Amino acid sequence: MNLIDENGLRIDGRKLDDLRPVKIEVGVLKNADGSAYIEWGKNKIFAAVRGPKECHPKHIAMADRAVLKCRYHMTPFSVPDRKAPQPSRREIELSKVIREALTPALILEEYPRTAIEIYIEVLTSDGGSRAASITAAAAALADAGITMRDLVVSVAAGKAQDHLILDLCDEEDKEGQVDLPVAYMPNMDQVTLLQMDGFLTREEFEKAFNMAKEACKAVYKIQREAVISRYFGDSIPKNKEA
Amino acid sequence: MSKVERKYVVPGDVIAEGDFVPVSNAYSIGNKIYAMRVGLCELDGNKVKVIPLSGPYVPKPDDVVVGVVKDVSAFAWTVDINSFFPAFLPASGVYGRRFNAEKDDLRSKFDVGEIIIAVVAAFDRSKDPMLSVSGPRLGLAPPGIIIKIEPVKVPRLIGRRGSMSKMIEDASGCKLIIGQNGYIIVTGSPEGCALASDAIHMVEDFAHTSGLTEKIERFLAERLGLTGEPPAGPGQAHEPAAAPADAAGALGKDSDQLEEKRE
Repeated sequence: MNLIDENGLRIDGRKLDDLRPVKIEVGVLKNADGSAYIEWGKNKIFAAVRGPKECHPKHIAMADRAVLKCRYHMTPFSVPDRKAPQPSRREIELSKVIREALTPALILEEYPRTAIEIYIEVLTSDGGSRAASITAAAAALADAGITMRDLVVSVAAGKAQDHLILDLCDEEDKEGQVDLPVAYMPNMDQVTLLQMDGFLTREEFEKAFNMAKEACKAVYKIQREAVISRYFGDSIPKNKEA
Repeated sequence: MSKVERKYVVPGDVIAEGDFVPVSNAYSIGNKIYAMRVGLCELDGNKVKVIPLSGPYVPKPDDVVVGVVKDVSAFAWTVDINSFFPAFLPASGVYGRRFNAEKDDLRSKFDVGEIIIAVVAAFDRSKDPMLSVSGPRLGLAPPGIIIKIEPVKVPRLIGRRGSMSKMIEDASGCKLIIGQNGYIIVTGSPEGCALASDAIHMVEDFAHTSGLTEKIERFLAERLGLTGEPPAGPGQAHEPAAAPADAAGALGKDSDQLEEKRE
């Protein structure tokens, strides 16, 4: 598959360092304590937060902090071939990875002996759904009023046909050479997730990593704006009891 | 009093740099102060705090709360107080030293599903909150409707020295019993309750905006104008020992401090 044409444009017409369009809406689900909806390219993902709440089973509760639970789930209709609804190996792994990417941003010590639950439902999947999920989940956590050090944003960089590219779509993810998802706390200037699938030289890695980091800062603006407009937008804030 | 600056913040926003002290919902790294919650930040002298706009109810000793009895055991009631911990009300706190687990039937005092007004007697990180109903105006709630709002918005509903709740009470002819946990009991005529309920939800919706009092005043005036006569006074079919108006007053006094800190 030809992922990059002779003009240096990618399969979906983007330049090498272009992001796909990102749209985030916060506070979309009435019965969750916090929620967010993200459209990132063809990805359509809901993230919802429940908690802090009583921790069950009790034996997993921690005396000094909250337990963070995360479930990343793809709906059966999220991919071209029906996906079996039970958690797959990949979903279990992504749940863990997302949980670990968000944990450094949360001040879990504020809620001892409790549990905070994050539910991520992928309605339509494209490449980079873990990055979109982390970005949405961080906004949902802020919406739930959970104490946080910073928001977390995530963008993947990668390599296809020997070109470094940003924000991989599904084809680039599958057919490309490298996928490098980065999750980042912009105000803390700290990385909370770094994975790499494939091989990069040290120089390539630095360049790709910096591309992802800069893109995180761009997405952060959209994410922050979404949280702000949920509470301070022109429209009447959504009444959760309405 | 020094001038107070306010601005909108989300977690991670740098609120101030330099010689500042984070007071609540903010933290410092080096000489930078960051926000921890979504809300309005306030710089007052060298003190920095964030007034949150969402989040759970964290029990605080001496808070008056409205709770729903969830379970009864031989020694205590378990009460839902809209927090991440279930509260417990020990039987000895109700029966006193004469309490006898063999003879006394706890269900005859408060049964599952009943609403109680209580005060948080003790709470810390290591233990679930303990309630007490010994005190004037505490105990079984009078008949009325129960409204749930976000706990962080309760101080706005009470207003300065209870001004907001008083205004709603006067306009609707209802009595409000406001729990710091976001549960509010409204007692009065059905029309009055409907008006009070709408006004309470409006306060919740516009809690973060300035000129809230005027907005609510206008809303109440419009509604009363439309219906002609002010709705009838509070219903007569209740009034146990609890005097709701005074209970609200007591809460108002408590929230005064909150409100004054805000200003």
